[in-house]
Amino acid sequence: MNDDNPIGINRREMLASGFATAAATSVPISAQAKPQPADQPNRMKVTMTVNGEKRTLDLDTRTTLLDALREHLELTGTKKGCDHGQCGACTVIVDGRRINSCLSLAVMHPEAEVTTIEGLGKPDKLHPMQSAFIRHDGYQCGYCTPGQICSAVSTLQEMRDGIPSHVTADLEGTPPFSVDELRERMSGNICRCGAYSNIMEAMLDVAGERA
Amino acid sequence: MKFDKPAGTNPIDRKMVIGKATDRIDGPLKTTGTAPYAYERHDVVANQAYGYIVGSTIAKGQIASIDTADAKASPGVVGVVTWENAGKLGTSHWHTARLLAGPKVEHYDQAVAIVVADSFEEARAAAKLIRVQYKRADGQFDLAAQKASATKAGDGADSAVGDFASAFASAPIHLDQQYTTPDQSHAMMEPHASIAAWDGDKLTLWTSNQMINWAVDAMSDLLLIPKENVHVMSPFLGGGFGSKLWVRADAMLAAVGARVTGRPVRVTLTRPMVFNNTTHRPATIQRIRIGSDKDGKITAIGHESWSGDLPGGGPEGATNQTKKLYAGANRMTALRLAVLDLPEGNAMRAPGEAPGLMALEMAMDEFAEKLGMDPVEVRIVNDTQVDPENPNRPFSQRNLVGCLRKGAEAFGWNKRNPKPASVRDGRWLVGMGMASAYRGAPVMNSAARVDIDRNGVVTVATDMTDIGTGSYTIIGQTAAEMMGVPLDKVVVKLGDSSFPVSSGSGGQWGANSSTAGVYAACMALREKVAAKLGLDPKSAVFENGTVSAGGKSAPLTDAAGLSAEDRIEFGDLSRKYVQATFGGHFVEVAVDAYTGEMRIRRMLAACAAGRILNPKSARSQVIGAMTMGAGAALMEELVVDKRFGYFVNHDLAEYHVPVHADIPHQEVIFLEEEDPTSSPMKAKGVGELGICGVGAAIANAIYNATGVRVREYPITLDKFVEQMPRVA
Repeated sequence: MNDDNPIGINRREMLASGFATAAATSVPISAQAKPQPADQPNRMKVTMTVNGEKRTLDLDTRTTLLDALREHLELTGTKKGCDHGQCGACTVIVDGRRINSCLSLAVMHPEAEVTTIEGLGKPDKLHPMQSAFIRHDGYQCGYCTPGQICSAVSTLQEMRDGIPSHVTADLEGTPPFSVDELRERMSGNICRCGAYSNIMEAMLDVAGERA
Repeated sequence: MKFDKPAGTNPIDRKMVIGKATDRIDGPLKTTGTAPYAYERHDVVANQAYGYIVGSTIAKGQIASIDTADAKASPGVVGVVTWENAGKLGTSHWHTARLLAGPKVEHYDQAVAIVVADSFEEARAAAKLIRVQYKRADGQFDLAAQKASATKAGDGADSAVGDFASAFASAPIHLDQQYTTPDQSHAMMEPHASIAAWDGDKLTLWTSNQMINWAVDAMSDLLLIPKENVHVMSPFLGGGFGSKLWVRADAMLAAVGARVTGRPVRVTLTRPMVFNNTTHRPATIQRIRIGSDKDGKITAIGHESWSGDLPGGGPEGATNQTKKLYAGANRMTALRLAVLDLPEGNAMRAPGEAPGLMALEMAMDEFAEKLGMDPVEVRIVNDTQVDPENPNRPFSQRNLVGCLRKGAEAFGWNKRNPKPASVRDGRWLVGMGMASAYRGAPVMNSAARVDIDRNGVVTVATDMTDIGTGSYTIIGQTAAEMMGVPLDKVVVKLGDSSFPVSSGSGGQWGANSSTAGVYAACMALREKVAAKLGLDPKSAVFENGTVSAGGKSAPLTDAAGLSAEDRIEFGDLSRKYVQATFGGHFVEVAVDAYTGEMRIRRMLAACAAGRILNPKSARSQVIGAMTMGAGAALMEELVVDKRFGYFVNHDLAEYHVPVHADIPHQEVIFLEEEDPTSSPMKAKGVGELGICGVGAAIANAIYNATGVRVREYPITLDKFVEQMPRVA
């Protein structure tokens, strides 16, 4: 690990990967610079608290928080739907705020408190949002569901914390509780099975409101 | 069990469990992230390596050379497989294009290599070091440009009754319009993923697949190994919508990568690769002609559709519903297929009917306007109870009229102002639209095994899949009903090729067919149980864990250890009758009078689809399909790069699908219906009905709101904002 290069990418690798991208087009082979084999990956230790348990991982620094959870801690409840921050299936709660874990490297989270779907509840001890999703059939294939639930739990907390959204008219004071607010805040979580109407019912139920 | 006569009264009719709105039995697993999907099986085999697929950057041509040296030398790499070292591979009749290119390239992002490494990060990095040299060939990528070259799409592409041409020419009212639908992507949330492991010459594949038996068949053909050497498991799928009817490159290359490297290999397609590497719903150009008398009774109806596919592929059957939906003595349909060098076109939720009804039901709205009739009434006067192409063949059940009347009433259709652009709500122009829904109700033979243990737990095993459809639950409900036990005494095991072969999930046949297979196995088990307990099997009642007949009874646990397997085999009832599902969609939209921004305010569907096995999950199937239909109407379009031949918007930021903010509260009404010709379950299917027609209902609502008719889906505001009424 080179301290001068904390993210572990050297200039040669940057160039190599840039040329490799160019090489994927049909440029004549003579015009292509020869990519270089990469160096051994940089590794780094990171310790975080995941679902209340302290976990230390020795990771290839390119490992996303999502893959650290899924591949290294084998917490596969957090899903990979796009790996690009476009679908929300990887939503987890880090230090009290929901994030797309695919858009974040694990080593960026030393000492973080991470809550995944497994930390919210278990099949025999469900979180209220999990049981509301079951009651209102707020899912079908189940693949976006952990992300929806982590987002739904966080959304209600953000409402309580007075954090405004894109549709909040008055940026000062508590945002009004409305389905428009909930839908806006949940729109980073795609459900291709189309359970949105039912997810709203589940969230309203947990929030103590009716549709 | 043969099913060749309409069902009489049977144990399912007791409806103690079947027909009750029931929470999914797999809900606690799915909501806690403990349901195991294909890529997540750390538990099944040790020493798994990671595969990363490299896709072709040309649409058509040849691979001149592949330089893998740097990739092979990259840290952590276990091996690189291309067509040059993959070994002999077969072809499968399930695929139009091959799953590994070389030397021929058939479409953009067709797999050209898989890198296998110790970690995902290492495999991905090494994949970028592979250099492929191509000889690019010119291809055909533009459906409109190839329309004239399209040819008749095989036998059964055309149908004709009476004399369409002269009836249409002489009709006092007639409509002749062209509509287009774009290429669309399934975009299910879980990308295709597989883990493959070899034990000698035996392959085990954990994958995400809708049709386990087809997967076994295809893997056997592709890898040139006997079917009995292929074990496929797919207990949970993160959606499919037709995209996972067939194994894809992830499955084959995981297996080939594992064979070449000697390590179990796990592979997922990256999200951007899903769009061009796998299948899509092909674009269509459709021409619809409708002629009638002044009373609105159709005398001539014609529907032609053009679509494209790779050589050897098939058409999008967009004329399907027009053969069956409305009466009319003179009729014609025609499917024309052009050769396109885009990725493989294939089935997506309600193939044929989904794009077909987007056109037909918009045409019916235009036709109603020409007649000056209410759109609901026009559809009702053209109802038919027999196959319009073959009047000797009745519908087994057809309650389209009931759906339209009930839907209209519940929605408040009578409040609609038929004059477009005449309802304002503040800055919003408000409109209502409706459409009929039609989708066939095919059946597939399906088998299951059922057994009883000493605790009275009934276990069902079948290779049926649950792709979000609720199969686990309705199969559990069926077994509970048949064996007289509560649902929590039933264990359902799905998605494993070592289980009896089921219908699988597709074409909305899964619910009816697979539960009918479970019914057959349960009937066989009931006979064995009654015989063992010394009871008359014909009169035995299975209830509350007890079996009773002729004044005697015994606990079901006395039959512990018994097991039975059977298969439902469908006879010719589906030829004697047209078996189909029906619905009416009603939608209210608001369009911003200044900006053209569209909002769906209300959606309601009334459906007649046989017995509804679980109204809770069936309703979810319908609203989910309505949501996908909203995407088709308003945003979904794979944009073709017509120079280089690929779908440009190959991710979820650029291929827009509906999100929470797009979808209002949705209502579904199921009409009471039981169809004794469909199966002993008297059910049909609703998974695809919900998407059929809903896009047109939205389009018609936008027309009613604005007075602007857009016939090219999706209806994005750039297509109509300039024609919007002037803001007063």
